[in-house]
Amino acid sequence: MSDGRDIAAPRAAERWRGWEIAFWAFAAGAFFLFPSHLVLASHILIAGLFALSLDLILGYAGIVTLGHAAFFGAGAYVAGLLARAGWGEPVSGLLLAATATGVLGWLTSHLVVRGHDLTRLMVTLGIGLLLYEAANSAAFITGGVDGLQGVEMWPLLGLFRFDLWGRVSFIYTFTVAFALFMLARRLIHSPFGLSLRGIRDNPQRAQAIGIPLRARLVKIYSFAAALAGVAGALLAQTTEFVALEVLSFQRSADVLIMLILGGVGLMYGGFVGAAVYLIAQDKLAGISPTYWLFWLGAILVVIVLFVPGGLLGGLTRLRNWIVYKRGGGA
Amino acid sequence: MLLNFLGVLFDGLAYGMLLFLISVGLSVTMGLMGFINLAHGAFAMGGGYLAVTLMNAGWPFLATLPVVFAGTAVAATFFERVFYRPLYRATSLDQVLLTVGLIFMAMAAATYIWGSSQQPVHLPEYLSGQFPVLGLDLSRYRLFLIAIGGAITLALVFGLERTRFGAKIRAAVDNQRMAAGVGINVGAVFQITFALGCGLAGLGGALGIDVLGLDPVFPIKYMVYFLLVVAVGGAGSIKGTLAAALLLGVCDIATKYYIPDVGAFAIYAVMVLLLLLRPEGLAGRRAAT
Repeated sequence: MSDGRDIAAPRAAERWRGWEIAFWAFAAGAFFLFPSHLVLASHILIAGLFALSLDLILGYAGIVTLGHAAFFGAGAYVAGLLARAGWGEPVSGLLLAATATGVLGWLTSHLVVRGHDLTRLMVTLGIGLLLYEAANSAAFITGGVDGLQGVEMWPLLGLFRFDLWGRVSFIYTFTVAFALFMLARRLIHSPFGLSLRGIRDNPQRAQAIGIPLRARLVKIYSFAAALAGVAGALLAQTTEFVALEVLSFQRSADVLIMLILGGVGLMYGGFVGAAVYLIAQDKLAGISPTYWLFWLGAILVVIVLFVPGGLLGGLTRLRNWIVYKRGGGA
Repeated sequence: MLLNFLGVLFDGLAYGMLLFLISVGLSVTMGLMGFINLAHGAFAMGGGYLAVTLMNAGWPFLATLPVVFAGTAVAATFFERVFYRPLYRATSLDQVLLTVGLIFMAMAAATYIWGSSQQPVHLPEYLSGQFPVLGLDLSRYRLFLIAIGGAITLALVFGLERTRFGAKIRAAVDNQRMAAGVGINVGAVFQITFALGCGLAGLGGALGIDVLGLDPVFPIKYMVYFLLVVAVGGAGSIKGTLAAALLLGVCDIATKYYIPDVGAFAIYAVMVLLLLLRPEGLAGRRAAT
């Protein structure tokens, strides 16, 4: 997953690289570059943020989960229900969703951090399905399969109305995603983040040097749950609708695929994967949903068997290879 | 009331037998290699579609079953060689991703070839209708399922406990390195077990068309059930798997019958609880890691 250099020299890894600044400048520039695709761009940022939250627990803490959509969906429903109940202020809705999903994450984390991979997988899967069934059964609150309708948002900060072209939505989504990315980046490069990677790479040794395994995993799991909840809340607020599908297994699998596609444990893998995935889906799924699913499966199989590290991991290796070739030639 | 309950129990047992037939291969291969194979249900679906195709070509139902078993086993051998073998030593994440990818491809392929609707099954006359036992009308087909499940369980237990190959499997499940050390070719044992297990899954898929249904979302719809049977029964244990499958079958039918509003919710809640209380499974063997 990582090549170990980031552990060897944490200070150097913490510095912002040129390509990182270019990445975010490009994301912000999308506002001017693709004015007619701002809705898609917002969705990419939301999916990227969701994938980032998965990256924190999967890529950095090594917890395999098949039910991460539970938090995304819970966040979406909290924000959606709050707005439908008459409080449509976006930022406070976001905060409430983050708090609620953080608490949910904390509660379930105790069930997840114990046990081995298979048990974790089953428990996360079970909790995800449990929430899906609960939302489906409680149709009088959630609207069931018809989705939650009547979500009306107030203007952002009391000034900017959400417009039809998604301009305000995009700026809102971008700001939130960037701020949370900064937070997550800071966290990962902190001693806390380093200890997580220690746990991932060698739990026995991490424990031997005095890292409290469960406490650390509980914390990062809750934090990632809150991030996923914010992503879900952003989706609910910007689309003013919550579909039951936000809690589905397919959504948990999708976010996993996006992250794998981009690259695990690299912070940016989720955003890159989400962009490639959603743009490809936008172009291909319209032609035939069946083919889309087939190619999705094929991409997964190919990545696992031939391209470990996803797109970004592949690019890094390509760069290292070129550098190596040049150095060897000189 | 009592008759009613017996009817539910009977349906649950037949359903549990199907779950057992499909999951037992998964249980043994998971115990053997610790490979997290989410795509096991795809082999069951493949068996189901093979049976439907043969029946549409005019084959009688019973004649399709051996062919389905053999066909699925052969296909599984191919998949094991090409896709599974490179990942035995890989992380659980890679195994999960690979098998989720296989599920998606299987679902898309099934939709492409057979369409997205439920497949009908034409049971022969002697297997349809009711069979009165002590005032209780039992479905002949479900009786047939229970009988076939019982026969296969006996054959499996005999094969595993009384034959040389079974001893090899047990040795490999208990301690793979030791087994390899005394000269057992664990790779070959695994390959054959995988093929047989998938063959049984295919058979279960074909037998289950009438009970479980058959459509392209089959592998995802029942994935949790198969995994649950294995997790609760303890990977690698046939008796544990049988007990877990029958328990799950009866519980599922009973909750759907008596408290339909709760539905699948109850099963998932029970599953999370059981996993917390007994993370190693009911039979308490080593956890598959």
